[in-house]
Amino acid sequence: MTAPRIGVLALQGAFREHRRRLESLGVGVTEVRLGSDLHGLSGLILPGGESTTMARLMTEYALWEPVRAFHAAGGHLWGTCAGAILLSREVQGAPPQFGRQDSLNLLDVTVQRNAFGRQIDSFTTELTVRGLNNGFAAVFIRAPAFSRVGEGVEVLASHGEQAVMVRSGRVTATAFHPELTPDVRLHALFAEQCAATLPSA
Amino acid sequence: MTEANTGTPALKQGFAEMFKGGVIMDVVTAEQARIAEAAGATAVMALERVPADIRQDGGVARMSDPKMIKEIIAAVTIPVMAKVRIGHIVEAQILQALGVDFIDESEVLTPADDQFHILKHGFKVPFVCGAKNLGEALRRVGEGASMIRTKGEAGTGNVVEAVRHARTVLGEIRAIQSRPAEELMTVARDLQAPYELVRYVHEHGSLPVVNFAAGGVATPADAALMMHLGLDGVFVGSGIFKSDNPERRAQAIVKAVTHYQNADILAEISEDLGAPMTGINIDDLIPAERLASRGW
Repeated sequence: MTAPRIGVLALQGAFREHRRRLESLGVGVTEVRLGSDLHGLSGLILPGGESTTMARLMTEYALWEPVRAFHAAGGHLWGTCAGAILLSREVQGAPPQFGRQDSLNLLDVTVQRNAFGRQIDSFTTELTVRGLNNGFAAVFIRAPAFSRVGEGVEVLASHGEQAVMVRSGRVTATAFHPELTPDVRLHALFAEQCAATLPSA
Repeated sequence: MTEANTGTPALKQGFAEMFKGGVIMDVVTAEQARIAEAAGATAVMALERVPADIRQDGGVARMSDPKMIKEIIAAVTIPVMAKVRIGHIVEAQILQALGVDFIDESEVLTPADDQFHILKHGFKVPFVCGAKNLGEALRRVGEGASMIRTKGEAGTGNVVEAVRHARTVLGEIRAIQSRPAEELMTVARDLQAPYELVRYVHEHGSLPVVNFAAGGVATPADAALMMHLGLDGVFVGSGIFKSDNPERRAQAIVKAVTHYQNADILAEISEDLGAPMTGINIDDLIPAERLASRGW
């Protein structure tokens, strides 16, 4: 099996942390800033950061359609925190002056921004994640939550009543930040999924 | 459900990681905050006067009115930062109570304590502090700062001091990396920095926290320069809302920080932005006007 090459959206945020986690697993990584950077990749991680900043840069450099096309051609996607917001169908808590917040609409969920409050409410907790043998130390920073989960979307982890990790087909989203902890199990799972599919075009 | 922890160093430093590759903008009204958010700011710094005006007006500069900070918190969905005077423990308690996301213990305001900085470990809210050199940066981290920025020379529109401080900090980091381990205690003594943090720098080749540029950034090219030198992101104070076309300049600086390695994009976004803020020659400042000399 050929090792997959995985992209990390490098517009803003914690993209280097994802890069380091993947590289520690022996995975080749490409930083993606323009649509042309997606060529030859099996997967793309959309990192944590500010979703409004990333969305603005996605629009300015016409990245929405290339990422949708990448997914349609068989690419795997994983969004963490702000990246999860970008994947969702509907975003609640957009800036009032925006009306609505642009997103990729590749995951049939409604995501609530800052669902747990401001920074002083940010927290770490041990999560039970479906597919992992034991608990995952999860870091939630001004984190979103999936307030509506569509049919065919699997909830892989919840915190109390709130869904915080979901998957549908080749799209995974976590409200927390696996790139901020040394535990690489979720990165390993994503790399395995990507390896099972040939790179797109 | 397992018990949740809040206010830990991992959460405070991890939050700062999310600002990387981004621009944090000074704003003095809710309207400016909305413009900054729409332009792609990763956070706003709420204050009553931008550094250029503080410089011009003189007098004592203090924490902003909570009413104005609350209005800005209500106006945007991105994180809101605010400044306290160096050593002013109570101003910091007030900002934490207001729900501010990050506190800047800042030399731009008039220091409240000329000897002691705030012990930042005791707060749930994270702090950013300015530094001119590595020893100063590590002392602040030792007190619990979750993010470091260059001091630069705020309110001048002149990037030279930010460049000097960035090169000093990063150069000192490279120098420590080349030292053998047995020399690190002496290095710590010379830098007046905590030994454990000097060891961290020796091992990792970086500060233990995110390191931003601040103090004098006025153009997209300035912002890209600071990224090129190896910093993680940029604060822009007076540079945006003291320029002719704040909205366009704000958008251009956001793009410059993402695409700092792409000169074609930098050329395109630098075009036709209107006049930048006027700027001040650092040599024209009398020593008492140099904000970077505040704090140690």
